[in-house]
Order: sequence, then C-alpha cells, then structure tokens
Amino acid sequence: MHHNIKNKIRQFIEPQINQQPLEDNSDIFQLGYVNSLFAMQLVSFIENEFYIKVKNEELDINNFNCIDNLTTYITGKLDKSIQQ
Amino acid sequence: MSNNLEKSKIKCVVWDLDDTLWEGILIENDEIKLNKAIVDIIKTLDQRGILNSIASRNNYEIAQQKLKDFKLWEYFVYPEISWNNKSISIKKIAENLNIGVETFAFIDDQIFEREEVKFSFPNINTFSPEEIVNFINDQIFIPSYITNETVLRRYYYQTDIERKKQEEVYIGSNLDFMKSLSLKLNIKRASEEDLQRAEELTIRTHQLNTTGITYSYSELYEFMNSNEYSLYVCSLEDKYGSYGTIGLALVEEKKESWKIKLLLMSCRVISRNAGHAFIGALIELTKKINVKLQTDFIQNDKNRQMYITYKFIGFHEIYRHDCYSLLELREDSSFQIPSYIEVKYLL
Repeated sequence: MHHNIKNKIRQFIEPQINQQPLEDNSDIFQLGYVNSLFAMQLVSFIENEFYIKVKNEELDINNFNCIDNLTTYITGKLDKSIQQ
Repeated sequence: MSNNLEKSKIKCVVWDLDDTLWEGILIENDEIKLNKAIVDIIKTLDQRGILNSIASRNNYEIAQQKLKDFKLWEYFVYPEISWNNKSISIKKIAENLNIGVETFAFIDDQIFEREEVKFSFPNINTFSPEEIVNFINDQIFIPSYITNETVLRRYYYQTDIERKKQEEVYIGSNLDFMKSLSLKLNIKRASEEDLQRAEELTIRTHQLNTTGITYSYSELYEFMNSNEYSLYVCSLEDKYGSYGTIGLALVEEKKESWKIKLLLMSCRVISRNAGHAFIGALIELTKKINVKLQTDFIQNDKNRQMYITYKFIGFHEIYRHDCYSLLELREDSSFQIPSYIEVKYLL
C-alpha cells in the first residue's frame, strides 16, 4: 500500500515541477518548487485522491515537504479512518 | 471597510465575431462590415482596463487575419477561435486569465449560444450586441478606479502570454525556468500615488486576500499616515518587463510584534511565487529588529490557498474564534525567500 501511495504522489508532483526523478526525501519546498497555487493543488489532490480531509492543524510543512513525509501522513490518516 | 462589495464588476468581455463584431459570416465569404458601435465599445472597455477576448466558431487563421486587417487583433487576450462549444472557450479563457466567470460578460447575437454558455455558467452575464450598446455605461462596466495600471492591464496580460509561450517550450525544470526569468521584487512604503492602485487591489483580489476585507481610499490614506501602521506595496519585474504593483500589506507595527492586518497579492503572479517572496521580505524586516511576526486571518470560501501558504511558511495558530485566527511565525521556521527572486527594499 505504501508503494502505491508513493507512486500516486510522485505521479502528481513530477509533472508539476518538470523534474525527474524526484528522490523520496527531496524537500520540494526548500528546493523552491512550491508556490501558493501548487501548495493548494497538492492539498486538494491529497484530499480528493485519498478521500481524506486535511485539517487546519495538519497543514504543517513537515507533513508535506517530501514524498516520504506525505506518505507517512496519508498512511496515518487512512489507518485512523479504518480504525474508526 | 466592506466585504466583497463589488464582486460583480466585469473584468473581461468575451465577444462573438460573426454578426456581432462584424456583419456577415466570415467562412461563407460574405462581405464583412465592421459593427462600428461594437468597435467603439471594445476600445472604451480597453481604456477602462476591462479585458476583451473572443469566443467564435471560425477558422483561426482566417479570423486572425481579418482582425489584423481591421487593426483590432491586438485588443484581445486569449482569443478562442475554434469549432468548440462557446462554454468550453469561455472556460479556457477564464482558466488562462485565472479569474472567475462571474466577472465575465459574453456577447453573442445568437440566443442559442448565450443560453448554452448560461447553462454551464449560471452566474455569467450575457448580452446581445443590441443590449450591450445600451448597457455599456452600467455600473458593472465602470471600474471603481482608473489608475496608471488599469490602462496597462491588457499589456500586462499580453506580456504574460509571451511568458507562458516561452515556459511551454522551455526545456528543463520549472526551477531552471524561474531562474532564467531574473525576477525582482521591489518592496516599498506606499505613497499617495500608490493608494488608488492599492484600493483597486483590495477590491479586485479575493483568492489571495488574508481577510476578505476591502478598504477604501480614505481608510488606506489614514493608515499610510499613521504612526502605528505601515502600508507596504510591492511590484514585480522580470526580463520581459514589469508586472506592475501586485501586492499590498497593511502592517501594525508595535514594539514587541508586527501584525499583518491585510495582505493581498494579484492572481497574475501566483506562479512566480511572489507571495512567498513578499511574506519572506516582511519576515526579514522583523528579524532585523528582532520582533515577532503575526498575521490576522479570516477564513472564507475563497482564501484557503492563502491560509495554506501561511501554514507552510511556518506560521501557526495562536488564537482562533469562529472564522478568525491569529497566526504567528514559529521561531524555528526555516523559511527562506525563493533563491530565484531578488528582493529589493526601497524603504
């Protein structure tokens, strides 16, 4: 499942930034790729693709700055929703 | 101050060609005669800073040539000349301009076309050519202010079109492309001559407005001359030319902290990351004098993008009541101004 999530995220991000391959731990914010619009699109993508609602307090750069952290965040949210 | 008072002002008028801009059907080799009243309207709108575009079912090359012969081609931004449904054309124009269709007027002689567009976009304004002649001095076609930059708006969008073309053919990452632009953000305190543009920005900008509040000229004037507040404006330029004044920040400057009461950015410069550079410049200014940076935020249905921007820069909520939140920059925020934007402080 992790692998699947990672691939989906990668498939969304790579065309946006026109750079391949993107390392799982490359900080897309620090690299300077992320403008306001892209940030918004990234959040919307995650909500629509994985059927989750990103809460205000979860809008933390440490959840969104690289493929690894995004995967951990999404997996955590999905686990929680399964438990409920 | 007021909330979204003038959201129905028209920003873009989309024209049909056959039997609207001119009499006759181009593709049927009719003798084409310009509708002079419509041409006058297009030029008037252009002077008012309202954009003109085209949604016409025609052959692109033939229509383009005809418009060039009439010396009208340059008046249109993102013209859509194809055999598509007009609703599709309008959707494309709105996406390219990055403005909502509720600020569009669509002019077509065919009621079928007007209805087709209206069906897809119930909040768009549609008129027949006869109607628009009578409506042109209606309030929705009169901008609140005509500033130096209003009349340059078409120019700004047209340089953007050139940029986009170059971006599409650019080989390399987005980052390399951004570096190739030589972006410069100039930040300064607003002077009286900036105030009308500042007011225009507060009225026109919704997606990237931190509070949804708009201020009038006289309110901004008072802030500008107050000791507790500073009104900053920023302009952006790159190797293709200027984007004009594209951002505004009203900052309450106290001894222990600065609070951004209002921050807004023109939607034309989102893809250039100017918002990050502008907020980054304010962060730099507060770091220099060792005060905290806070910001008011009033969440509405249009400005989540701005909220996300603040959060990802490293602001966190220290107070919340209903839609209002007070955000403060974390001391450990590692945010940096994007390396491809040079910030000049003209303070």
